Amino acid sequence: MPQVTIDKERCKGCELCTRACPQSVLGMSRDINTKGYFPAAVEHAPRCIGCRMCAIMCPDVAIKISVHGVHYSLFPY
Amino acid sequence: MAKKLMKGNEAIGEAAIRAGCLNYFAYPITPQSEVAEYLSRRLPEVGGVFLQGESEIAVSYMLFGAAASGARVFTSSSSPGISLMGEGMSYIAGAQLPVVFVNIVRGGPGLGGILPAQSDYFQATKGGGHGDYHLLVLAPQGVQEAVDLMIDAFPLAEKYTNPVLVIGDGMIGQMMEPVEFPDPETIPPPLPRPWATTGLKNRHQNLIRSLFLNPDELEYNNQHIRAKCDAMERDEVRYESYRTDGRMDILIAAYGTMARICKTAVDMLREDGVKAGLVRPITLYPFPMREVHEAATMAGEVLVVELSTGQMVEDVDHAVRGACDVHFFGKTGGNIPPPEDVAAEARRVLGARTGRRAGRKG
Amino acid sequence: MHVIFAKPESLTDRTTHYCPGCTHGVIHRLVAESLDELGLRERTVGIAPVGCAVLAYHYFNTDFQEAAHGRAAAMATGSKRVRPDLILFTYQGDGDLASIGMGETIHACNRGEKITTIFVNNAIYGMTGGQMAPTTMPGQITTTTPFGRDVNDCGHPLRVAEILSEIRTPGYIARVAVHTPRHIIEAKRCIKQAFRYQAEGRCYSLVECLSTCPTNWGLTPEEAGQWLEENMIPYYPLGVKRTPEETAGG
Repeated sequence: MPQVTIDKERCKGCELCTRACPQSVLGMSRDINTKGYFPAAVEHAPRCIGCRMCAIMCPDVAIKISVHGVHYSLFPY
Repeated sequence: MAKKLMKGNEAIGEAAIRAGCLNYFAYPITPQSEVAEYLSRRLPEVGGVFLQGESEIAVSYMLFGAAASGARVFTSSSSPGISLMGEGMSYIAGAQLPVVFVNIVRGGPGLGGILPAQSDYFQATKGGGHGDYHLLVLAPQGVQEAVDLMIDAFPLAEKYTNPVLVIGDGMIGQMMEPVEFPDPETIPPPLPRPWATTGLKNRHQNLIRSLFLNPDELEYNNQHIRAKCDAMERDEVRYESYRTDGRMDILIAAYGTMARICKTAVDMLREDGVKAGLVRPITLYPFPMREVHEAATMAGEVLVVELSTGQMVEDVDHAVRGACDVHFFGKTGGNIPPPEDVAAEARRVLGARTGRRAGRKG
Repeated sequence: MHVIFAKPESLTDRTTHYCPGCTHGVIHRLVAESLDELGLRERTVGIAPVGCAVLAYHYFNTDFQEAAHGRAAAMATGSKRVRPDLILFTYQGDGDLASIGMGETIHACNRGEKITTIFVNNAIYGMTGGQMAPTTMPGQITTTTPFGRDVNDCGHPLRVAEILSEIRTPGYIARVAVHTPRHIIEAKRCIKQAFRYQAEGRCYSLVECLSTCPTNWGLTPEEAGQWLEENMIPYYPLGVKRTPEETAGG
């Protein structure tokens, strides 16, 4: 299962990743970060297919994605 | 080396090449377009870069980019074009880049005229653009000195990482005089530029900028630039004294081609028994304050002669500091006064000593 | 575990000062990814504009110069002419490129300077607080068009990609958008192609990126993306306008 890591301190709470995700994996956290933003958070990890849309959309490079073993990417990026 | 008869504009271009500057960006403007025309043929011969930009504004930033990436570079223009380059000069000074500018001065203000003038003194010596900085300003009196000062301009710009302005006028640009170029062995190699933006392999980012939003950082930048100006004032003053030995009845102060006319006037006055002398600033910034003052203490009157309505006279007045009266004689429009007129004005000043501090019309 | 998405090396670790949801961050990342993937980082010099991206030099791991407003193309020209081996890119907004810098932009394109220009078009002046840009849409409310842009007074928005695509000198001119992942994927393809052309020493390249400005448009980041889709894309058609293989006009 792909692992999505969101850097809470880089995130500015713009919510674009939550909309970009086709699998409704992400939501917005209720824990404020040190800059005063409510960052995005992984809410439904098992649904993640590693499509990278969240990371591609994120303007703050706050999302890192890792996988175990073989991973088929759905489009070239 | 044999002397060669060359037009001033072309000699200035050739001098830059001999100084090791093979990069030139410029825009045509009378009376200096021949610099670009000459270099458009000559630079390809020596593997240099020639580019006619779309405007003087664009050119001033091409100079920035070229200097920032480590190259010796210069431009030439004339008064209205130099005005357009004013912002670029400020950016170049703020970012501390070595660039040489040449101003072949024409009549102003505005579109003015195409004949020679000396009405850019304020613009040259008080910066040219906004902010706390100075250009190092070199004022040749003829084609040979223009060549000599061009050769010196590039090492000076590099020594101080500051823009240098060589200021001539339409006469220097257009007339032909015999010139000799220095031996290549006497030309020092360029200074290294470890700060240049050349790609950050094996080092940290090099950043060339003039923006410092933090007030302490901006203050540091300004103080650093001021320290460079202090060093210029201490070490780079150049001037010439002509027949200033002993007490003088009248000391004439002039620069550039006007100074050559005034030297003839001094000779005419001396022949008539008037003890006249001349002081000629070669660096307009740093101005030879002490030297002008000392000469003025040995004179009864000072007469400043410029092809303007009075710009250097303010610095001369400041330098003289009351040692004697300072008078002014100027002609504009491109009407160049012959030596007889200068001598006549000197005689008039001497005949009409009123003790009043004269200003513009004497 | 191996990483399939991470911060590119050409970006520094600094968090940006851009507003939440501002697509400057996306475009920065696409440029950085392109430089990484083409192996150009160590010989790249970027030219920062005056605008929201004035501090771009803090976010890129390359040499940088800071330009006066509108003059980045001239600075890049100066650097590239004396050091043709370097990769020069400018990164400019609406005012910098299409207003004060229009002359420099057209002439750099016309001379075929081998530089890459990233043009961020968000139809407004961001940094200075939301004034009208040459690219502002008709009827759009800005702080200097409080009643909406009146085309009878201010003219129509400038379509920079089309204007430059009329220039005969070979060049690569493209317009992309960055408000959805689908568009971002295509934008990256064009931006990377632009840098590839420069790396091959081929031609001038410009990629106009339609972007959002949630703060000055007065919308949330998601609403801003929708506004861009509904209002800007019909007027600013996306696509590659010209490649160096074609010549304009005929």
